[in-house]
Amino acid sequence: MTPKAEHDPGGGPTIHLVTTQHALDESEQISPATSGGVPPMTFADDDVVFELDGLSCFYGQFRAVRDISLQVPKNQITALIGPSGCGKSTLLRSFNRMNDLIDSARITGRILYHGVDLYADGVDPVEVRRRIGMVFQKPNPFPKSIYDNVAFGPRVAGFKGSMDELVERSLRRAAIWDEVKDKLKEPGTALSGGQQQRLCIARAIAVEPDVILMDEPCSALDPIATLKIEELMRELKQNYTIVIVTHNMQQAARASDYTAFLTMGEDRAGYLVEMAPTQELFTRPVNRLTEDYITGRFG
Amino acid sequence: MASTPRAQALTASELVRQRLAGGQTDWRSVGFQGLLVLLLVLTLGVLAWLLTVVFVNGVPVLAERGLDFVTSPLASQADRAGVGQAIQGSLMLMGFVALLSFPLGIGAAVYLEEYAANTAFTRFVNTVVRNLAGVPSIVYGLLGLAVFVVALGDIVGPGPASGRSLIAGGLTMAILVLPIVIITSAEALRAVPGAIREAAFGVGATRWEVVRSHVLPYAAPGIFTGTILSMARAFGETAPLILVGAVVGGFNVRYDSVIEQLQGRYTALPTTVYDWARKPPEFAGNVYAAIVVLIVVLLLVNALAIFLRNRFERRW
Repeated sequence: MTPKAEHDPGGGPTIHLVTTQHALDESEQISPATSGGVPPMTFADDDVVFELDGLSCFYGQFRAVRDISLQVPKNQITALIGPSGCGKSTLLRSFNRMNDLIDSARITGRILYHGVDLYADGVDPVEVRRRIGMVFQKPNPFPKSIYDNVAFGPRVAGFKGSMDELVERSLRRAAIWDEVKDKLKEPGTALSGGQQQRLCIARAIAVEPDVILMDEPCSALDPIATLKIEELMRELKQNYTIVIVTHNMQQAARASDYTAFLTMGEDRAGYLVEMAPTQELFTRPVNRLTEDYITGRFG
Repeated sequence: MASTPRAQALTASELVRQRLAGGQTDWRSVGFQGLLVLLLVLTLGVLAWLLTVVFVNGVPVLAERGLDFVTSPLASQADRAGVGQAIQGSLMLMGFVALLSFPLGIGAAVYLEEYAANTAFTRFVNTVVRNLAGVPSIVYGLLGLAVFVVALGDIVGPGPASGRSLIAGGLTMAILVLPIVIITSAEALRAVPGAIREAAFGVGATRWEVVRSHVLPYAAPGIFTGTILSMARAFGETAPLILVGAVVGGFNVRYDSVIEQLQGRYTALPTTVYDWARKPPEFAGNVYAAIVVLIVVLLLVNALAIFLRNRFERRW
């Protein structure tokens, strides 16, 4: 039923919305060095936004991410968690070809976006990034007015409608309109950190993307600003698919629907340990590594 | 004994007070600070002395001759010789430098920083550019002499100038400052945080849109400062101009058109200073006066650079 089946290294049955209990008794034998101990989570074809198929990411000779196969479901929040340096951000940045900007970066394997290979010949990375937006770790508004921050993306995309309306709509969706509506001409850099990050979210959604990638969006924010962003994420998932990298396990537990746990092997390459509905991953992890990580025994 | 803890507290606080009051003066620290001040005074002192000598000797001549000195042409008699031709020549040279080296240098910097992949070749080019900036100016003078004056002489300066034209001088100066323009522009571009580029790429901008709308505008103050200071450098250069034939002594030509003037003989402020300094003692006042003019122009240029930097500087 799913295209995933032939890539299942465990050879186990492919299960729709896998439940993990059946695999519990096998967990002791799972080699920590392989990503395929647990049958990968799969979703109905129509719900799959991203499908990673044996994806590895390299910086020059160094393999940062090894052989990841997973699916990202539509209109859900999928969290990538794992210890520092396990390649979460690298993985996320390969979803919209942001790593293309680094000379030595390359990938092997495939990332299918609605069934289309993002790295195939003839795929324009600019068009990819218009559909798959990104919010970065450190708020990075342009040193321009709040208005221009939001309007830049639509402008370069050749937006023809009413820019004022689009800017207002984007700022409203990012839950920052009320705070900035009277100072749209003021520089975005003058806002507080949390406001800047919501401005960056408004900037990302102004180009009407399909997916929003968030790379530790709250790591530079205080707890109140963090909660605001998490609330906002739950609002946004009605319209967007969200993939979030987070360092903060509580955040993943609070805010995401699905969680993928990555860790790194002896060769420092990150690999996928398991992915499951967030509730399950945090209450009944299949893999010993996952359990150790979420209970704070390492990482 | 209820008073014991209190007494102890007092003693403790007394102890802290004694400790905080500090020990003896650290004479090594005082000595080092004194040495630093001495070095600063020495350095500034030499500069102040130079400027004083120049202004004390130059200002009376300027005051006496007034506008006449600034507008008169070169001449064999000190009391008639002025820096009019020199100022005109220097300004035209600067125009040449600006027109040629700014677009070329800034373009090269944008390519190296924003477009070129980090290959062995681009690293090689970067190293070469850095080294070129350190090449003595006389070497550029020789290059200008060989290429522009001798090889291309019939084009840049036909007729009586026999190659030693303002165009030849301008081209030489443009090449001289080109590495400096590239390096300072590249540094200004590098100072734009990568996060800004990522933000722009992240909403689907092309490389050209990222550079045009973000990187170049944010780097502009740094680029201005660097290019203006490179102009100041070119303004003060003497050796290469002497090699490529800036007139020393005097010339009296009327040019009918700008083209003719560009292809004709010229002189510049620093070469005039050099020339007068070798002349009989009655020219001494003129030398100082010309230096005052040169310094004033340079200070104005530097002030403009600082003003532009402060006016447009961004903090990240």
